[in-house]
Amino acid sequence: AGPLALARDLLAEGGEPFFVLNSDVICEFPFAALAHFHRQHGGEGSLVVTRVEEPAKYGVVVSEADTGRICRFVEKPRVFVSNKINAGLYIFSPGILQRIQLRPTSIEKEIFPAMAQEGQLYAMELQGFWMDIGQPKDFLTGMCMYLQALRAQHPEKLHSGSGVVGNVLVDPSAKIGANCVIGPNVTIGAGVVVEDGVRIKRCTVLKGARIRSHSWLESCIVGWSCSVGQWVRMENVTVLGEDVIVNDELYLNGANVLPHKSIAESVPEPRIIM
Amino acid sequence: LKAVILIGGPQKGTRFRPLSFEVPKPLFPVAGVPMVQHHIEACAKVPGMKEILLMGFYQPHEALGRFLVSAQQEFKIPIRYLQEYAALGTGGGIYHFRDQILSGGAEAFFVLNADVCSEFPLQEMLEFRQRHGDAHSFVILGTTANRTQALNYGCIVANADTQEVQHYVEKPSTFVSEIINCGIYLFTPAIFQHIGEVFQRNQRELVLEESSNGWQRAEVIRLEQDVFTALAGSGKLYVYKTDGFWSQIKSAGSAIYASRLYLNQYSKSHPERLAQNKPEGPVIRGNVYIHPTASIDSTAVLGPNVSIGEGVTVGAGVRVRESIVLHGASLHDHTCVLNTIVGWDSTIGRWARVEGTPSDPNPNDPYAKIDSETLFRDGRLTPSITILGCSVTIPAEVVILNSIVLPHKELSRSYKNQIIL
Repeated sequence: AGPLALARDLLAEGGEPFFVLNSDVICEFPFAALAHFHRQHGGEGSLVVTRVEEPAKYGVVVSEADTGRICRFVEKPRVFVSNKINAGLYIFSPGILQRIQLRPTSIEKEIFPAMAQEGQLYAMELQGFWMDIGQPKDFLTGMCMYLQALRAQHPEKLHSGSGVVGNVLVDPSAKIGANCVIGPNVTIGAGVVVEDGVRIKRCTVLKGARIRSHSWLESCIVGWSCSVGQWVRMENVTVLGEDVIVNDELYLNGANVLPHKSIAESVPEPRIIM
Repeated sequence: LKAVILIGGPQKGTRFRPLSFEVPKPLFPVAGVPMVQHHIEACAKVPGMKEILLMGFYQPHEALGRFLVSAQQEFKIPIRYLQEYAALGTGGGIYHFRDQILSGGAEAFFVLNADVCSEFPLQEMLEFRQRHGDAHSFVILGTTANRTQALNYGCIVANADTQEVQHYVEKPSTFVSEIINCGIYLFTPAIFQHIGEVFQRNQRELVLEESSNGWQRAEVIRLEQDVFTALAGSGKLYVYKTDGFWSQIKSAGSAIYASRLYLNQYSKSHPERLAQNKPEGPVIRGNVYIHPTASIDSTAVLGPNVSIGEGVTVGAGVRVRESIVLHGASLHDHTCVLNTIVGWDSTIGRWARVEGTPSDPNPNDPYAKIDSETLFRDGRLTPSITILGCSVTIPAEVVILNSIVLPHKELSRSYKNQIIL
């Protein structure tokens, strides 16, 4: 939260409330509803909460059912307190800047508890999907949720045709070869080339990557400008950083490969390649 | 001149399971052709070879019978199967059938173990005997191993000038010699006298022991332990050392290695058996054997060291490397098969990956031999060639790694490092 103090002048100018977002979160971003909610209660801050199945992994929010006013926070509770957690989307009135000093500050641990005690913090429940996408495994889950929401709201943006299964998003500049089966839950970036006979499921393929023929990918993230060889099998949250080359006929199972590496041997069990 | 090929029986060659469940091990195809056909072909080429005898204790078997008929027609030499009434050891069988072997006045005869892969320098062994020994000498074919691996074989110490065998030990526990016994011998009728002496001695010892099945045990004679060790140093036994290729074929992994050795040899001996790159055909890398009835998509990439059997179908974009695909098997589109033996009539679904780990000898050591790895090490299955038994079905998009699948299994998911019953 310290950085907010750095932007103090920019944020305070105009006296309007401002949004603060954690970038490693994906959801349907209810900006309009959140702004409305914030103006209605008139408190200093509002945050979005979402229901999760396993709240003990997160910071749990306890709030009044009718007003949404937050009573307290409990970080990673050992007994069940509530199933609503802080979704990492906030809107604040400029007055909050007086609480924040220019030093490393945790907004959840230092600022919010004080605001909650003063009754200045309110929670709005999120509708629709939410995912913390900080880990590759969760990133892919979040991607699947996003594509599902896209199917409901803007199905025309999704890719279709022979060889497409389920929700697939393909950049118009990408090229997909013959006899491929792509999807479900695949996103393909700009300038990507997928050669003939490739099967991709539950993957993100980033800009400029090339997947050579007859390969099989499931639950992977292929980084920018990577080259994946022919007859390669990659699965189990294999992540390739930028500009990684994977030689032909290899098997990568849960490999996390740092950028600019060349992989010449199979990785049959999950590990990190530096 | 005659040749006896020892083919063993069902109790032997158990390391070759599950492949030996379908077909007797000596008939398993290596480089596209039954293991023992390489022996027969080499014997039939030797001038003066009158008859080839296959000796073992398999019961009369349809596949064996058919093989004998077709081999006789192809090589135009009498080939018979002599069935031992029990497992008599490497010496007991030939002793039991000595009259058959010597019938027709055979002056000498070769004895070859079926489970070896070799260049078979038989003519050279005959010429060597003329130069070094006399008409009554016996010759063992030997080759060089490295010091550690030699302990797994019969070790031969020979006089550097005369090549006479001075000492012989089977699988010693300490280093004796790096010259090892290849399991290919040249004998004269006089060998039976020496085997007979062992037989008599066994009988005498068993009478003293008074055991119940002594009559059978006396006839179990091992050439290596019982006869060669005794003959060493007597001036009758010689070793002919070869630098040609040689390997034992004990496990499925060694069948793939032996295939590679024979496929290499085909470029000189049977160039017509090696697949060529043609514009309308699959991409061929290195040495590949494809049966004429196999159907291969032109986008497949095969080799090096691949044997494709009768009636096999290989789909579009398939990659096969260092593998044997047995007859009737079907590889669907985009599959990747590496270091694997695909059993008869098996099916591999689209985009599946079937992969094993090679057990090849160290390529940097010219004398290294293939290791006989134990099945398990430290409680885990040792990574080895993947074997799919007969009629196994592998579904689409799975990975089968370092696993052995028994016959008639229909898998439903991926497997790694497992034996699937």
